[in-house]
Amino acid sequence: MSANLSAILYLVSGVLFILALRGLSSPETSRQGNLFGIIGMVIAVTVTFLSVGNFSSGFVYVLIFLAIGGSLGAFIAYRIPMTAMPELVAGFHSLVGLAAVFVAISAFINPSAFNLGTPGNIKLASLIEMAIGAAVGAITFSGSVIAFLKLQGIMSGAPITFKGQHLLNALLLILIVILTIYLCLTQSSNLFWILIAISFLIGFLIIIPIGGADMPVVISMLNSYSGWAAAGIGFTLENTALIITGALVGSSGAILSYIMCKGMNRSFFNVILGGFGATDQTSGNQNKEQRPVKSGNADDAAFLMKNASSVIIVPGYGMAVAQAQHALREMVDTLKKNDIKVSYAIHPVAGRMPGHMNVLLAEANVPYDEVFELEEINNDFANADVAFVIGANDVTNPVAKTDPQSPIYGMPVLDVEKCKSVLFVKRSLSPGYAGIDNDLFYKENTLMLFADAKKMTEDITKNL
Amino acid sequence: MEIDPFIFRLSIFILSIFVGYYVVWSVTPSLHTPLMSVTNAISSVIIVGAIIAALSGSDGVVFSSSSIYGFLAIILAAVNIFGGFLVTQRMLAMYKKKKKDK
Repeated sequence: MSANLSAILYLVSGVLFILALRGLSSPETSRQGNLFGIIGMVIAVTVTFLSVGNFSSGFVYVLIFLAIGGSLGAFIAYRIPMTAMPELVAGFHSLVGLAAVFVAISAFINPSAFNLGTPGNIKLASLIEMAIGAAVGAITFSGSVIAFLKLQGIMSGAPITFKGQHLLNALLLILIVILTIYLCLTQSSNLFWILIAISFLIGFLIIIPIGGADMPVVISMLNSYSGWAAAGIGFTLENTALIITGALVGSSGAILSYIMCKGMNRSFFNVILGGFGATDQTSGNQNKEQRPVKSGNADDAAFLMKNASSVIIVPGYGMAVAQAQHALREMVDTLKKNDIKVSYAIHPVAGRMPGHMNVLLAEANVPYDEVFELEEINNDFANADVAFVIGANDVTNPVAKTDPQSPIYGMPVLDVEKCKSVLFVKRSLSPGYAGIDNDLFYKENTLMLFADAKKMTEDITKNL
Repeated sequence: MEIDPFIFRLSIFILSIFVGYYVVWSVTPSLHTPLMSVTNAISSVIIVGAIIAALSGSDGVVFSSSSIYGFLAIILAAVNIFGGFLVTQRMLAMYKKKKKDK
């Protein structure tokens, strides 16, 4: 296949990837978008086979390895529970990162296969691109592995901080730049290996200080990195499909990180520098005098809801942990049978990744037109009779609006307290990840329901 | 003077960032999780590099030091491609509109 024809076909697959993302602007067009993505991928892979034109025994092995990876991926995709989506995405990011590292290594060892010169005499531009691709890929890999371990609970979600952490990271980043320059001057393969090793270390170091609840930002950021790594490799391979995709994924992840940071009213650097949650716990404990709370049982909750005409549900990470989404939908079905209007309010950072709650509700067959974002629904709380907070905490804390001393001051929160009554499902009075008490617990119109989210929801349904 | 082809690729790159910027802002927030899984799948187009690397061995030698990395990368990228697109498909199939009241 001629080089020009394959370049055009790579462009076509790049355009199809753009359309795949475009499709996600509404759930109706999204499935078609995904199909475009698949077609784009098939074109890219086919064109690569045809342009390499090497159908020797190596080709058979390529197909075998493709089948092994593909069936493993398909198996995971069908088996994974929807609540484990954040872990899955973090795991997948690590694979993209590692693949980028491997491709860069291969290109470094055997540059002539990629038309980049000969070993020890690689074109300067290619060498820089290769080094960037490998470094960003390695950072993505080790960072995603840590994020995965934290989300999976294998590693504690608590931030790990030590003195001189930021200085160390900064020094390592400078070292990477210096190594890249020396690599270009000497073409030494040892430097290349050191460069990759240090990049793995940086990825590890930048994720360990970030706490579990900041994971939405981390996952989006790693998503972005995996894109930049792909783009770096795309430049090395002079491949348009890879460059376009890398840019798309890179900016997509960056925008998601921005949205998540805005949802917490924190700057990106504040999140990346980490340690949030660990330092604030002390200030939260100081004023922890026993204030009276009203607690109730499923019976009381059912009574309140039965007499309501509209109910707003506020789900959070706790719902995912308790796997309560199906039980919740059953409760809502019963409410609807009693002619009670029900809607769902979703805070941008609810859960452990962007859109986490929406997926869980969709899994439980909640129609997406009953689910609303913060800005769409926040004014409705004042007119609603009951707010049912299930597994959310900090995102409902009125302190964010009233107390400038609070670490979450200025964070956009759901105006849950404006409802006539608030039902708060929670296992205990413990504070959320920000380590601050939620004023909502002590309000006159709040009824605390101390129980497992799933069990409580089922009990309420029985009592309705 | 002739323009270096690198500049053309850089132009594509910069313009794609802008395309990505506008396209991603138009994604509805409720689909942000599928957005992440599909971007994951498409970034695995890095498999084209892996295939070139894997087939780089000279005649008769399938597994050379450089092609092994290519084969490893193929497995990783293939997990992502199939896993990413299929899990996205699975998620998107769940997003349903309210059924009309009979």
